[in-house]
Amino acid sequence: MLETRDLTLGYDRRPVLERLSLQIPEGRVTAILGPNGCGKSTLLKALARLSAPQAGAVLLAGEPLGQYDSRALARRLAILPQSPVAPEGITVRDLVRRGRIPWRGLLGPWRDSDEAACREALAAVALEDLATRPLAALSGGQRQRAWIALVLAQTPRHLLLDEPTTFLDLVHQIEVLRLLQRLNRDRGLTVVSVLHDLSLAARFSDHLILLGPDGLVAEGAPSAVLTPDTLHAAFGLSALVHPDPVSGTPMVIPC
Amino acid sequence: MRLLLLGAGLVAIMLLAMLAGARGIAPADLAALLGHYDPTDPAQITLLEIRLPRLVAGLIAGAALGVAGMVMQAVTRNPLADPGLLGVNAGAAFSLLLGATLLGRGDAASLSLLTLPGAGLAALAVFSLGGGLAGDAGPVRLTLAGVALNAFLLSLVSLLVLLRRESLDVFRFWVAGSLAEAGQRPLTGLALLALCGIVLALLLAPRLEALSLGGALARGLGTHPGRVLAGALLAVTLCTGAAVAVAGPIAFLGLVVPPLARRIMGTEMRGGLIAAALLGAGLLLLADIAGRLLIPPGEIRAGVMTALLGGPVFLWIARRLRPGEGA
Repeated sequence: MLETRDLTLGYDRRPVLERLSLQIPEGRVTAILGPNGCGKSTLLKALARLSAPQAGAVLLAGEPLGQYDSRALARRLAILPQSPVAPEGITVRDLVRRGRIPWRGLLGPWRDSDEAACREALAAVALEDLATRPLAALSGGQRQRAWIALVLAQTPRHLLLDEPTTFLDLVHQIEVLRLLQRLNRDRGLTVVSVLHDLSLAARFSDHLILLGPDGLVAEGAPSAVLTPDTLHAAFGLSALVHPDPVSGTPMVIPC
Repeated sequence: MRLLLLGAGLVAIMLLAMLAGARGIAPADLAALLGHYDPTDPAQITLLEIRLPRLVAGLIAGAALGVAGMVMQAVTRNPLADPGLLGVNAGAAFSLLLGATLLGRGDAASLSLLTLPGAGLAALAVFSLGGGLAGDAGPVRLTLAGVALNAFLLSLVSLLVLLRRESLDVFRFWVAGSLAEAGQRPLTGLALLALCGIVLALLLAPRLEALSLGGALARGLGTHPGRVLAGALLAVTLCTGAAVAVAGPIAFLGLVVPPLARRIMGTEMRGGLIAAALLGAGLLLLADIAGRLLIPPGEIRAGVMTALLGGPVFLWIARRLRPGEGA
């Protein structure tokens, strides 16, 4: 279980989020939502120990993240940052192989288990056929799937993604969200992502965390979190919320 | 397989380096000359006293500079990074010159260690000036910082040579960018030094791969970017310091070798580093052989030959960079 306890985050002396105590449901898909600048990415980074809390702690299995050896943590929890850098000319396979770095020792021999993890990661994102292609030759959606395969090769139990659908067109956004949902259903992976599209987030997540300018607005099941009141509190937006005719999940209609 | 081919190519170049020169040696005689020692045979003296030390020096300096260039390019994500262009060679040369001038002529072994503080400080300076410590050194910024540092250090070298007569002697011997005086250098010690740098780079290879994905993902993969960077700086310092102590500042080798190594080995860092060591050694030996053969009985220094080769490659790489691209 990944949870925060009285977590205060911020840059310099200005706190962005204060005294936040959250529990990320184990084995579920969680989305972090909210307006720009409310601390969504900051929260996600803190969950992955990429930024240190000003106060409070993030706990994984009851232990503060600070107590974990960084490689041991990287084997249990993986994060895909918003804009990772692709080395020039790298192939999909070489990119995915880098996900095994936390599993390799000082001399770092390449073991069968490394090969198997990479093969499985490529299969999970359906990129086996493109494994030998340069990453740069792929479409936007395929490229994002290749990056997801990299963090899958870490074989984590918790997968954190910072805006995995930004810069993708609608079809590829849905493709990525379906992939994350399937990874959760098939492998029991706990998925936490920062998303922008509220209706898509509601449709593909089990649990939402809605942040506003003054911190946490609501958390829980999508139908409980997305209401006209919470949307107004978080975004200052007047909107209607109706059930999605296909899935029955809440759909936000600005008015 | 590809590494074996590279290794075979290097062995062929090594044979050529022993045979070619103002006094040619026939391939058939080589085994006999290496086999038994006869101090009155001029061919044997040429081989053992001049060509073999030169060969060893070329192997050390070339391999070390190839690896140093590879590590610098990986850490800075900048295909224009090179210990020669970015002032690390110049830093090593300057601190050697300064130390030797101030301390007087010590023994060669301790003098050659003087390259290390200069190389280390110059590497640290160019990384921090170029924004490399924050992990976002764009090609232009880093290259400008390095070129400025290089020019500054080279002008300090000139100043020292002009001011102190004894500096000129040190300069002629140590800082010429040539393999010709290799026989008088402490080659065993410097080989060990370069080897330490190369082994460190090989051990760091997986972490360098992580770092090249950006700081956030590198940390997500369980590495400490700061520590990896410190290790990389140390590897660059050891390699460059050893190379400058062996052959003086040789520019462009660290620039030309990494793209070749990547073309042969792909983006896998450990194989790339081994390839860079083999290619660096081979190219420097070829430059030295060419310099010996072009205007006999005179010589063109190996450093001049690598610059002749490297200048056009620099332009080619610079033209392929697109403005604003992180490369």
